[in-house]
Amino acid sequence: MSEIPATLKTKYSIRPQGDRCLNVDFGDAISPETGRICLSASAAFRAADLPGIFEIVPSYISVALHYRPTALSMAHGSAYEMLTERIHDLLKNGLPDLTQESRVIEIPICYGGTHGPDLIDIAKRINLSPEEVIARHSQSPAMVYMLGFAPGCPYVALLDPVFAIPRRDVPVTAVPAGAVVVANRQNLIYPSTLPCGWHILGATPLKMFDVQRNPAVLLAPGDHLKFVPISLDEFNDMKHAQEVAELCV
Amino acid sequence: MSFEIIKPGLMSTFQDLGRLNHQSLGIPVAGALDVNAHRLANVLVGNSPEMATLEMTLIAPTLRVTAPACIALSGADLGPAINGFAVPMNRPLVLREGDTLSFVRRRHGARAYMSVFCGYSLSNMFGSTSTYLRSAIGGFNGRALKQKDVIQINRSIGDTDLELLAQNLWDFKIYLRASLVKSGSTKIRIIKSAQWADFTVESRANLITQPFKVTPISDRMGYRLEGPELKLSQPRQMISESVVFGTIQVPVGGQAIILMADRQTTGGYPKIAYVASVDHPLLAQMMPGDTFTFSLIDIAEAQQLDLKREQDLEDLEQQLRPIRQLLEEACTPAIECCSIQT
Repeated sequence: MSEIPATLKTKYSIRPQGDRCLNVDFGDAISPETGRICLSASAAFRAADLPGIFEIVPSYISVALHYRPTALSMAHGSAYEMLTERIHDLLKNGLPDLTQESRVIEIPICYGGTHGPDLIDIAKRINLSPEEVIARHSQSPAMVYMLGFAPGCPYVALLDPVFAIPRRDVPVTAVPAGAVVVANRQNLIYPSTLPCGWHILGATPLKMFDVQRNPAVLLAPGDHLKFVPISLDEFNDMKHAQEVAELCV
Repeated sequence: MSFEIIKPGLMSTFQDLGRLNHQSLGIPVAGALDVNAHRLANVLVGNSPEMATLEMTLIAPTLRVTAPACIALSGADLGPAINGFAVPMNRPLVLREGDTLSFVRRRHGARAYMSVFCGYSLSNMFGSTSTYLRSAIGGFNGRALKQKDVIQINRSIGDTDLELLAQNLWDFKIYLRASLVKSGSTKIRIIKSAQWADFTVESRANLITQPFKVTPISDRMGYRLEGPELKLSQPRQMISESVVFGTIQVPVGGQAIILMADRQTTGGYPKIAYVASVDHPLLAQMMPGDTFTFSLIDIAEAQQLDLKREQDLEDLEQQLRPIRQLLEEACTPAIECCSIQT
């Protein structure tokens, strides 16, 4: 027997992003609570099948609804006003809390060394030993709030305030796929080689984005991550196993 | 049944209406920069709007066809010629086996679109055949055309009287409304962002009175502009969120960037305004060095203008329906390989 989901009472505001998108804002600072509301709202918007909407994109504090104004009646005001009314109707009774449905995914990480060239510098900056940084990072509750920057790249908020480290002054031009980078209590995992303005703590052998795989994108908004420290040997073994598996396809 | 690329041109990629419904996974939309021209090219050969066209930037390719085909060219006029003879834009054109299509001289615009009856054979990734260069996905091998590439087309025109077909197509009257073809306007209409009031009074005034120039650091991802410095009254950290085509964002330094089709799915820069959708094609046809001014309209007006443009396109699709029929009849045996949206 399924339980009736708890209802989140929520404050929100609506603003346009140009003439084909509007955002419903649920807060003004990154928090697990706001993140959860955004994901619940995304699911509710999707289920409501609102007219003209072709894409729903959640982020930390906001949900973007991309729509075709030409698919909405403009007889009684703009398409934006029409849609805004529909959203008020939908949200007036609060939102179902959908957090029970999230997945927990283990992310093995080889910290420090060549895979995490900034580990020691970070440790010095926050007055911890490298071992303590690894412990704090791998024990920090971590949830994927959104994907962006590049296909399959997860934005993960780290609850531990020790990771409130400003970005680096001079970006690194090329950081390899799998890099686990932190700044401002946020964490990205690189899906491909890209420039980077954050600090590189380590790397995972997992591929965030692989067009040969189905699904191509490993993580989705709402996923909870468990960072598991692994040794360089384990990292290499996992990489090797992956390459062998790919050759056999 | 193919197009052989003799010269690749500057940057030619296949694009459709974009890779929708995957932005929440960080997968960019891509798609034609000038959606009007893309749709126009398709409708002129009886295709549905979601079929890919070849987007050709400034210097278009030279190509040879190995089987009869019907194509159309819209958007920028890059001086198209078949076997050296000039041919018109915005008309269905019959290519015979062995014909060479080349482009002689750019007359206006930056991006031309070439459709072919029943479409090109391309790789579909995440529901779209648009090329996204940074991740090398979609289109033809995920990249721009190169010399000696051979592009397969889905269907060639059959064993028919090509002279008669060309004549019948030529006799067909095509009326293009002003909203669908180049206007030559250098006024880009914009809508205020929610952060509009957070910018200094001077920045806001400059945005709508001073000229802006498209710099050479401009591509399918975004146009970097040169103009008066724009700044927030109080610097503040933005939280990343979904971004849209036409977003005018202002990074540190105060020089605006307009996000285009290959934009990342999320962004965290302050935004001062958004380009109205009806003027996206105008932007798409600009090239480095072009200057323009912004003018403010409200969202209701922007959506009315967008609706008018959409209705004009739909009327044209109705008007040109017989082209599809002419081409279907020219194909023997008639095999239904692609459907038109009704």
